Amino acid sequence: MIIDMPNLELALPEIFVLGMTCAVLIIDLFLKDKNRIITYLLAQLTLLGAVLITYSQIGSPSTTGFSGSFIRDPMGDILKIFIYVITATVFLYSRDYLRARGQFKGEYYALGLFGVLGMMIMVSAHSFLTVYLGLELLSLSLYSMVALNRDSEVSTEAAMKYFVLGAIASGMLLYGMSMIYGITGSLNVVEIGAYINKNGTSNIILDFGLVFIVVGLAFKLGAVPFHMWVPDIYHGAQTSVTLYIGTAPKIAAFAIIMRILVDGMEALHTDWQQMLTILAVLSLAIGNIVAIAQTNIKRMLAYSTISHVGFLLLGIISARPDGYSASMFYVLVYALMSVGSFGMIILLSRSGFEADTLDDFKGLNERSKWYAFMMLLLMFSMAGVPPTVGFFAKLWVIEAVLNADTDMTWLAITAVLFSVVGAFYYIRLVKIMYFDKPEDDSAITPDVDLKVVISANGILMLALGVYPGALMSICQSVIQ
Amino acid sequence: MIALSDYLVLGAILFCLSLAGIFLNRKNVIILLMSIELMLLSVNMNFVAFSAYLQDVAGQVFVFFILTVAAAEAAIGLAILVVLYRSKQSINVDDMDSMKG
Repeated sequence: MIIDMPNLELALPEIFVLGMTCAVLIIDLFLKDKNRIITYLLAQLTLLGAVLITYSQIGSPSTTGFSGSFIRDPMGDILKIFIYVITATVFLYSRDYLRARGQFKGEYYALGLFGVLGMMIMVSAHSFLTVYLGLELLSLSLYSMVALNRDSEVSTEAAMKYFVLGAIASGMLLYGMSMIYGITGSLNVVEIGAYINKNGTSNIILDFGLVFIVVGLAFKLGAVPFHMWVPDIYHGAQTSVTLYIGTAPKIAAFAIIMRILVDGMEALHTDWQQMLTILAVLSLAIGNIVAIAQTNIKRMLAYSTISHVGFLLLGIISARPDGYSASMFYVLVYALMSVGSFGMIILLSRSGFEADTLDDFKGLNERSKWYAFMMLLLMFSMAGVPPTVGFFAKLWVIEAVLNADTDMTWLAITAVLFSVVGAFYYIRLVKIMYFDKPEDDSAITPDVDLKVVISANGILMLALGVYPGALMSICQSVIQ
Repeated sequence: MIALSDYLVLGAILFCLSLAGIFLNRKNVIILLMSIELMLLSVNMNFVAFSAYLQDVAGQVFVFFILTVAAAEAAIGLAILVVLYRSKQSINVDDMDSMKG
């Protein structure tokens, strides 16, 4: 029997992260609590190494391996690098937060790195099997991260809700995959695409499977009407975990949509366009309107996530390469904005105090002009006010909708109207920061590295807004 | 001879039962976990049926992966359940309402 040795070089970043994560897990066992910083540094080192390995692979043509179930391509490389950088930022922001609460433990970093591995596999997945395994590795890490704060009643309740709804989503996705497998006889996305192109799109069972797959993906993304878990999990999890859930996993979710719906089933785009249109309109409406009524800023940002998911779907609905690259730009920018916003909540919180209501931001300008300005940039970017980058992200997805083959002008108008509604609650937060009297005058004294990175994060919103072309041309060049 | 459609109908019935178990159940979280397992098993039924019908082993390989992941998922689900019981002293679905908005 001859065994073909798979081309392991393709998966070098994944193998590196896996090896390092296991090392982190074991080394952490032998560390005393006062040396826990070593775990943190090793986790950051892992991400740095992964950036270097993935960066060295950029530019080589896309290759599939492991019997066609794994792909390394330019889009994957860019998405992975963003995942590493954003996760490294998340680890940095949450370090002092965890330490102040006596939660500075190795588990957070080990689970976080396993989640990163799951996201990398999702990004590189080229068959239903790898999509499913990557998704589960990410989800199982996230369920346990939400439950990490085990003395808190809300955290454990949030973990249970997340677990049950996440499992339903996986079940739906799998049921759809089994139907598609039954019709096409293959799990590989390219072979599925070839089968559909050859045998036509009129098969009712294909549509049946597609519906389940779209429902499963919508659950994972948090699109209305499958959004019920998002606010509760963002609210219930401690801010360090919310920070993780709300950022990099969205990039991975975008990647699996691209792999399954675009690479695999683009021939069925008239069907999934309709489904995604309903999801997008409902997400834009519910997300932006319900966010207005929130007093907890984590819940408000959860509803804002839902509305951003609506925008993300708009680019994919256009079913054109420029739409996909607009969506990719949107999701990368969104991850940067949201890591900054949750980072600000962490910055204002301290031992025994979670700055998670709108009132905690009152008069931030009097307490610190600089951080108030950073939060202003982040909120303007979320709302889509020029010259911040959020404006261009919204502009390009709406432009993609207008360029779509079928006339969808009404969809573009709806998106603009709801983003105006959405601007209200972002700018209300700016008003609270600048025109209300502060309720507590304690100084904000973060560590130097936190100060530098959060300032860079805020300024990036402005810098990318002034020069959006570089990132956009990367997004366009990796999606043809 | 049992036809492919019979297996698929059985799979669909099991899937619907598991969904009903999740959405109609208002009492006990353990029943939710059982329903989730049932849902994954109904998918396995589909994969095995298609795999035998198509004479293709990929579907059966997928089933082994689903079984493994389901075991890991059950372990994490039960662990969360234990933590939940310790903090709430209850595993009643109706008691999980501390967050609103």
